[in-house]
Amino acid sequence: MIDHSHFLAVSAIMFTIGVFGIFINRKNIIVIMMSVELILLAVNINLVTFASKWGDITGEVFVLLTLTVAAAEAAVGLAILVTYFRNRGSISVEDVNLMKG
Amino acid sequence: MYASIAFYIIAFITLLSAFLVVSARNPVHSVLFLILTFFSSAGLFLLLGAEFLAMILMVVYVGAVAVLFLFVVMMLDVDFAELRQGFLSYLPLGGLIALALVAEILVAIVGRELGSGSSLINQQDAANTQLIGQVLYTDHVLLFQLSGLILLAAMIGAIVLTLRHRDGVRRQNIASQVGRRAEDAVELKDVEPGRGISR
Repeated sequence: MIDHSHFLAVSAIMFTIGVFGIFINRKNIIVIMMSVELILLAVNINLVTFASKWGDITGEVFVLLTLTVAAAEAAVGLAILVTYFRNRGSISVEDVNLMKG
Repeated sequence: MYASIAFYIIAFITLLSAFLVVSARNPVHSVLFLILTFFSSAGLFLLLGAEFLAMILMVVYVGAVAVLFLFVVMMLDVDFAELRQGFLSYLPLGGLIALALVAEILVAIVGRELGSGSSLINQQDAANTQLIGQVLYTDHVLLFQLSGLILLAAMIGAIVLTLRHRDGVRRQNIASQVGRRAEDAVELKDVEPGRGISR
């Protein structure tokens, strides 16, 4: 049986890759949203690891809620992105502060 | 033994594809690597004994979220080369912070004895799906309904945000079609021979 800390290490590295992706792709909102998905996936791996570690199924139930929130976030975020692109003709997030209401 | 080999292969694929998601030049490739990340994470879930969540990850993430991303990336006509400007200038600081973060977390995790947890999930005879079903609709029923509410709100929000009324589009007007009468539509004329109809 693999030690559970290995799974935690994978989860930690994936979380860091997600944060790193937000840092280096500051203009491309699509890649930023994919990085957020990576971060949520890392959190899910953490929850499943501890659910398996302590034999408590509650962690896996909580993963279901996380998945729901992630799917809802992706749907609403992409809808906002499509609307923004339709109005501005660009998805550069650095222009967002020019809208001013 | 086989589980260890499988774990290392799957973990390597997961982390490599996760890195390629954030560093790929073409966003379509990013989405495809995101799909690969989700697939191999489902493999990790299987190794942890969470079969139901592995299948849910495939269905929800690969089937819905990743395809939604792919749809949006392909639908928007964006100059992605322009969006990559500043990629290299953010790289040193971002890399430094990422290295510091992962080093701190790994120091906290690796080498620490987590204690021998009793793996109740694997000891019970019931399948993973059955265990989740037993608690999801009893102990966590409010959580379940809350996720339904979140999905409803997200669905309405996405529809309202992207719905657009266009002017000048000819649509079928069923009420006017049904309300049409023969007296309004047909006009009887007494045509004289050789003259034709003149209005």
